Amino acid sequence: MSQATHYLHHVADRRAREIVTPEGVPIRFQLAGPGDRAGAFVLDVLFQIIALVVFVVAAEWAIGGAGEDSWLTGFALVIAFVMREFYFVVFETRWQGSTPGKRIVGIRVIDARGGQLEASAILARNLVREVETWLPLTLLIAGGDVWPGAPGWARLVAMLWVIALLLLPLFNKDHLRIGDMIGGTLVVMQPKTVLVPDLADATQFAPALPAWGGKPQAGPAPWAFTEAHLDVYGIYELQVLEGVLRTDVASTAHHEAVTAVAEKIHAKIKYDQLVPQHEYERFLRDFYTALRAHLEKKMLFGQRREDKFAKK
Amino acid sequence: MVSTTAKRAPTALPGPGAGGAAGGAGALRSLEFRREREATWQELEQLIELVRQRSVRGLTAEQLARLPHLYRATLSSLSVARAISLDRALTAYLESLCGRAYFCVYGARDPARGVIAEYLGWRLPAAVRAVKWQVAVSALVMLLGTLTAFFMVKDDLDAYYTFVGADYASGRNPAAPTAELRAGLYDESNMSAGLATFAASLFTHNAKIGILAFALGVALVPTMLLMFMNGLLLGAFAALYDARGLSWDLWGWLLPHGVTELFAVILCGAAGLVVGQSWVFPGARPRMDNLRERGRLAGVVVLGAVLLLFVAGLIEGIFRQTVTNIEVRYAVATSTAAFWIWYFGFCGRARERLDRALRAGEGAR
Repeated sequence: MSQATHYLHHVADRRAREIVTPEGVPIRFQLAGPGDRAGAFVLDVLFQIIALVVFVVAAEWAIGGAGEDSWLTGFALVIAFVMREFYFVVFETRWQGSTPGKRIVGIRVIDARGGQLEASAILARNLVREVETWLPLTLLIAGGDVWPGAPGWARLVAMLWVIALLLLPLFNKDHLRIGDMIGGTLVVMQPKTVLVPDLADATQFAPALPAWGGKPQAGPAPWAFTEAHLDVYGIYELQVLEGVLRTDVASTAHHEAVTAVAEKIHAKIKYDQLVPQHEYERFLRDFYTALRAHLEKKMLFGQRREDKFAKK
Repeated sequence: MVSTTAKRAPTALPGPGAGGAAGGAGALRSLEFRREREATWQELEQLIELVRQRSVRGLTAEQLARLPHLYRATLSSLSVARAISLDRALTAYLESLCGRAYFCVYGARDPARGVIAEYLGWRLPAAVRAVKWQVAVSALVMLLGTLTAFFMVKDDLDAYYTFVGADYASGRNPAAPTAELRAGLYDESNMSAGLATFAASLFTHNAKIGILAFALGVALVPTMLLMFMNGLLLGAFAALYDARGLSWDLWGWLLPHGVTELFAVILCGAAGLVVGQSWVFPGARPRMDNLRERGRLAGVVVLGAVLLLFVAGLIEGIFRQTVTNIEVRYAVATSTAAFWIWYFGFCGRARERLDRALRAGEGAR
């Protein structure tokens, strides 16, 4: 495993959160990062502004002849207020914890305990935005208007409080803002679902023989392994091998990795036959299938061998 | 997707395999398992995609009935896969599929008309009754502020300027002649278009203050302070008009919408107290758990308060400047007070009891 993938694994694990569904089955989600959340928020605010402008222009066009102090101004004020407080509430209740911005970024709100996401939770988490985001932003941008003639120390304290609130999600392990704490919610990544063929399913891979020289042969006998061969490795190595085999077959990186891994395994298990280089891919695939069958069988008997260092 | 020509044993191990090396095709139970269940997973995947593109309402009744069934079947597949399969791609797939299906099944329910009726019919009054002590404290703090400012301004009219900012007072200060103050209470001149803007900005201003009182509750003290300051403002006004012998007129002007508005502000303060209390004094339960549960209750109360403020804004916008008869003003004030007392005190009690009984039953099970 290269340094980079190692790092990625580390990051993925730190962000993984397990919730237990009401059926009692744990499911892992990836927490949404602060960047994703901020991006979704900015998009949502943008949509609100656009909607408000469209609405006001349409209303003015429909009713017509609106002066400065007309009904329209009052109406726009109320609409702006309703939009600001309830845009998130309405979308999150209707779209199962998602809003247009969240959907584009690919994140969602869930109940932190794994239960049903209740309307009251959505309400609580979004009403808190007023003090958590809007008040700080107003103070940062137009502090003088909100509190004219404030003494310097008060401004400093207010500014620190504001910055602490804005940055709070960066400083707790679940990236919660206060709204999430009060509502009891988590924001997670929308998982992607791709069902790839099973590597052990020979019908899927029969034609996928090495593209770098070996000519496809009609159903050669699989490479055979003894129990002694298969006892060398554990589950961790099996899954690393799975990762190697699943890289893009056409790439040179795949070719290089397969060569290196095949030679390493061949030496480590002290395989007694010679394997020609154009057979490496098939050798690894067969070894993978045999090893998986072996380990799965052991698992049925209650022996789960995590890696090569675990006792046999 | 799975071809039926899978008869050729994929893992037959001929040759010198000493002893019981991994057996034949039958040994890979995880592969067989996948072949058996794959159709279910793909059906679920398609349904989820449909929900994502349209919404839950885009499904036919049959699909809707099938969704939880498929979800549970896939969830059980996930459990089995974790126990018997070492194919990491497969468990990862099932995990993310279950995650997405979980969003659909346990995401928020669509707030149809039934939910709104339920909210107004009993959830809101029940929530307010559940926090009645916080409501009492919140009201008391505000009353304290009112009395403080009232007696201080009564002693020394100049103290008025400490409590009421110049722009908020907009001419209503001790320097103004009595006639002008009086006219302000019965003013019919700015009745037209400007009134709507005024009422709307007043509503949004008040609602924001209310939501702020709730949200600041995490720190407990700011909420109390906000309530107290609100009381100060009221007390200062009351003292000023009292000094000119206009008390009766002032309250007639204030109370028709003020009953509703003040109650809404008190509710917001109470909601803030609920949040702060659950955080600062969690009792025997973990802080976060307590905050979670009480926070939701407080959210329900705040939404109610915003609705109240909207009603107050309507009363104010339509009524305040058009009706100048003081008896009518007091009649309206009294009837709104009576209505809210009935609504928050008694409405939906039966349904609340039923809900509590159901919960208790669930807890016992």
